[in-house]
Amino acid sequence: MSIDTATAAKVAKLARIKVDEDDLPALAQEFNAILGFIEQLNELDVDGIDPMVSVTPMRLKRREDVVTDGDQQARILSNAPDAREGFFAVPKVVE
Amino acid sequence: MSDLNKLTIAGARDALRKGDVTSVELTEACLAAIDGADALGAVVHKTPEIALDRARAADARIKSGDAPAMCGIPLGIKDLFCTEGVPSQAASKILEGFRPEYESTVSGLLRDAGAVMLGKLNMDEFAMGSSNETSVYGNAVNPWRAGNSDAALTPGGSSGGSASAVAADLCLAATGTDTGGSIRQPAAFTGIVGLKPTYGRCSRWGIVAFASSLDQAGPMTKTVRDAAIMGQAMMGHDPKDSTSADLPVPDFEAMLTGDIKGQVIGIPKEYRMDGMPDEIEALWAKGREMLQDAGAVLRDISLPHTKYALPAYYVIAPAEASSNLARYDGVRFGYRAKLDQGDGITEMYEKTRAEGFGAEVKRRVMVGTYVLSAGFYDAYYNRARKVRALIKRDFDQVFEGGVDAILTPATPSAAFELGQTHQDPVEMYLNDVFTVTVNLAGLPGISVPVGLDGRGLPLGLQLIGKPWDEGGLLNTAYALEQAAGFVDKPVKWW
Repeated sequence: MSIDTATAAKVAKLARIKVDEDDLPALAQEFNAILGFIEQLNELDVDGIDPMVSVTPMRLKRREDVVTDGDQQARILSNAPDAREGFFAVPKVVE
Repeated sequence: MSDLNKLTIAGARDALRKGDVTSVELTEACLAAIDGADALGAVVHKTPEIALDRARAADARIKSGDAPAMCGIPLGIKDLFCTEGVPSQAASKILEGFRPEYESTVSGLLRDAGAVMLGKLNMDEFAMGSSNETSVYGNAVNPWRAGNSDAALTPGGSSGGSASAVAADLCLAATGTDTGGSIRQPAAFTGIVGLKPTYGRCSRWGIVAFASSLDQAGPMTKTVRDAAIMGQAMMGHDPKDSTSADLPVPDFEAMLTGDIKGQVIGIPKEYRMDGMPDEIEALWAKGREMLQDAGAVLRDISLPHTKYALPAYYVIAPAEASSNLARYDGVRFGYRAKLDQGDGITEMYEKTRAEGFGAEVKRRVMVGTYVLSAGFYDAYYNRARKVRALIKRDFDQVFEGGVDAILTPATPSAAFELGQTHQDPVEMYLNDVFTVTVNLAGLPGISVPVGLDGRGLPLGLQLIGKPWDEGGLLNTAYALEQAAGFVDKPVKWW
């Protein structure tokens, strides 16, 4: 499986990371090196093997479905790059 | 008392309780050592005021006679831990200016036990790296140097700042995190002890997430006893982490008898790698001999899927990272790129992430995005998870066969030079070849300094334990430490 620049561009888009056109060939090459390394996994027969989900069989804890938190608007917004009138502010989303 | 920053946790605890020293004195000694060690790049956010406030509170608590073991002990905290009101950036530009409104569970447990935070420690960006060269703060430097060379060496990574700070006596101990070897490899490179507990022992809550099914916090200390004391203080069930184990944490220090008579130590043949340096092979042989002399029984074992651990890791870890790091969108915290006229929200995301993440982080996020994308999910991600199950089964079978712990090298080499940037990212990944299996299987592992190589650089061995058997593992490590008698320290040049 070889990755071309179009695939590299698509992956960058999916990851929401801007990559300049000029940098795509190098990126594709890096992907190929890493994926080439990963290809070894195909040597193994994994039929009938369940994917690992936990270290020791353990049921995930459940908690009561109740409100335990809240009223922290100022603290939640305190690290926002742009917060106005109690909201996170972002560039216009809808025309 | 002089050189208070050179004390161990156990030594300081005993001196504090006897009234021979105060936490303020210990803390001042460490703060002075930190101020004189900027060349190491280990401490990236100094918090002297917080440190002295906590030291004074600890002294009062010790006087009142109600002090846990960690009370008054000055520590460094890896930048990956969220610490209330104190910059917590995971060594990334994308978290520039982020001051958490909360404290991670693990650093909170240490704080509540009376431990003193001296500052935040350098690391690879988002814990992705094995040389501490991907940090936005610049490199952390190993206090050790090879022979008469003045070349700067890596302290390893990702917990490179933690390793450097402990080895250089800037703090009594430090927190680290380990996703593929990030506690054990830097510990081995700097001649200290690093414990990665069983997955689920330490809460992950409030630790900046890299690969959630692999990440585990642990102590980085000067001795095995200190790892027992500090590790115990860091562990325990946390309802805020759904994978946190609801199991009692034993008194690890009380389990350090040094008696390992009859313990079965497995020696996995697959860890004898082609091209492994003779010095690593010799060190491993020395370790086997030491454990045997201490009464352990050596047994040759096979972990047949070992060679698939790194490729499986480099599917699973990037996949989880791409998901975890999706939260860095320039909206809720950290860095946002400057936008051009007409830029919309997509451009904001793309520019913010392009400018905020470093090259290695971008590479891994995109590899993760690729292996999770439609059409490849089964071929890569699910296959890797199945291989992970096979790797875990290898260990399960060995432990079911009566093996108590496994002895391996910790790293394939001693610390290497900084700046030898590896063109090939895969080459850097090979640093984790002996440690990554342990994360995939969720097991506890510990790196113990055992000797020096021909150039005078420390080398470590790794012991791998059964799930939840940190107590037994620490005791075996203690026996190895006693036999090795490693007392060397780096010669101060900084």
